[in-house]
Amino acid sequence: MDYFAQQAINALQLGSIYALIALGYSLVYGVLTMINFAHGDLFMVGAFFCFLLEKMIRVPFWLALLLTMLGTSLLGVLLELCAYRPIRHAPRVSAMITALGCGLIIENITLALSPYPRHMPTLIKNSITSFHGITISSLQLVVIGISLLLMILLDFIIRFTRFGIAMRALSSDRLMVSLLGIPANRIISMTFALGAALGGAAGLLYALSYPVISSSMGMLIGWKAFVAAVIGGIGNIRGALLGAYLLGATEIITVSLLPSTYRDLVAYSLLLLVLVFKPYGILGQPQVVRS
Amino acid sequence: MNFPQPLLQACHLHKNFGGQQSIIDLSFHINEKECLGIIGPNGAGKTTLFNLITGMVPASSGIILWQGHPIEKKSGAQLARLGIARTFQNIRLFKQLSVLENIQIAYDSQLTYSVLGSLFSFSQKNLQEKKSIAAAMDLLAMFEMTDVAHEPASSLPYGFQRRLEIARALALNPRLLLLDEPVAGMNSTEAAKIMELLRWIQKEFSSTLLIIEHHLPFIMELCNRLLVLNFGSLIADGAPSQIKTNPAVISAYLGNDNDSEE
Repeated sequence: MDYFAQQAINALQLGSIYALIALGYSLVYGVLTMINFAHGDLFMVGAFFCFLLEKMIRVPFWLALLLTMLGTSLLGVLLELCAYRPIRHAPRVSAMITALGCGLIIENITLALSPYPRHMPTLIKNSITSFHGITISSLQLVVIGISLLLMILLDFIIRFTRFGIAMRALSSDRLMVSLLGIPANRIISMTFALGAALGGAAGLLYALSYPVISSSMGMLIGWKAFVAAVIGGIGNIRGALLGAYLLGATEIITVSLLPSTYRDLVAYSLLLLVLVFKPYGILGQPQVVRS
Repeated sequence: MNFPQPLLQACHLHKNFGGQQSIIDLSFHINEKECLGIIGPNGAGKTTLFNLITGMVPASSGIILWQGHPIEKKSGAQLARLGIARTFQNIRLFKQLSVLENIQIAYDSQLTYSVLGSLFSFSQKNLQEKKSIAAAMDLLAMFEMTDVAHEPASSLPYGFQRRLEIARALALNPRLLLLDEPVAGMNSTEAAKIMELLRWIQKEFSSTLLIIEHHLPFIMELCNRLLVLNFGSLIADGAPSQIKTNPAVISAYLGNDNDSEE
């Protein structure tokens, strides 16, 4: 029993990080029906940004988190403005290739600047608490707590603010949003900012949890989060969370029972299995495409 | 000029889709507080005209003047801010949003949207948003839809969805309201309710109305002036009583299905 509780905490930690990234994929897909394949690299940039902050000017954890989120959100907005907006009306394949290209550019710039993996300094004093035989580190609490906090904040923004209403309206009828006099482009920029900020936060939390960072982590972890978003139903916020925690749990169970090399095999098999029975993901619904 | 300037004026509009001419040399004007109806057989270019006025498609040639200023370069959002609002033949509500949110978003459009403002200036923003919500609730009360304010828009019956779409357009506080077949698919009781609603809107909001409608008795009773389009050309412009007896109109339109109209 204790063993399962212990693994559940590990799954929550990994799932939370996946969830923060997966939300970014889903938010952007929701408003533009486009998959931002560069999103994983924004996550990676978040980790490096925080690393640089700590190397150059040691800032406290909270400030690092805020600055990292701000930094990646600016990068997200820039990406949309320079790369995606000019081809908004091009066929979907163009948008997909552009996003993949942008991801590779970001990854390779990072690789050129930092060819070797880096070791992330510790930001939080790590103490371990034992509770009925279950050990929880303060880091795990911080990762899970901050993720939940950000998700609640996001939920509040989407449900109750005028930006959130406009975002939901955009996902059902972009043209109508413009005809109501709402600056649709600004809402799209804000959506990218929001998604990228969550991705940046995930980068920081990941780097603190598994403190070796490299330019390829955007692809490795970012794609995993994309899988999570697809499993849950892309474009669906609750689906992204469900998929992320499900994937996190599956991976933790896998590595606790099998050699850890089976981890990705099982994760991607889960994706295929879900898509066979639910082609739109667990909570996803077929999208009506309006001409 | 001695005459008051028209609210909207179209001069020699043409619109081609590929080789097909959808609007041919169309000129007309609409004065402030007028209720102008547009009739014509299917494919006459009525909805295309709405799309031209609202900036959804560009005209092939010709100009549209809003109080004397050309507007064809303006985006849909800019036109909405000038005071042009429309409804659609196939209802375009935000289906996942609640009834209240559908109206609220139209009121919110008069506010600014900024990236950081949305996240940080909670107190000021809440005040503005509360005003939007209050205004939206007032409007819903006038439309007798207070009870369903928190239901998703998609759950409403058809007639209510039409009313909600009209309400949403009104929330923009439009000077010109374009209605595309507001009573399509309605029975006579429902149509009578919409008629009452539109008359009330005219009086209460002093809006100018431009209405496309196939239901002839409805539009002849509601409008003080009618335009008749046929194959993209304007074939008549006048009071309903004149239109009824216009030989060109009778042969093009009324003559085809005279028996079904009475």
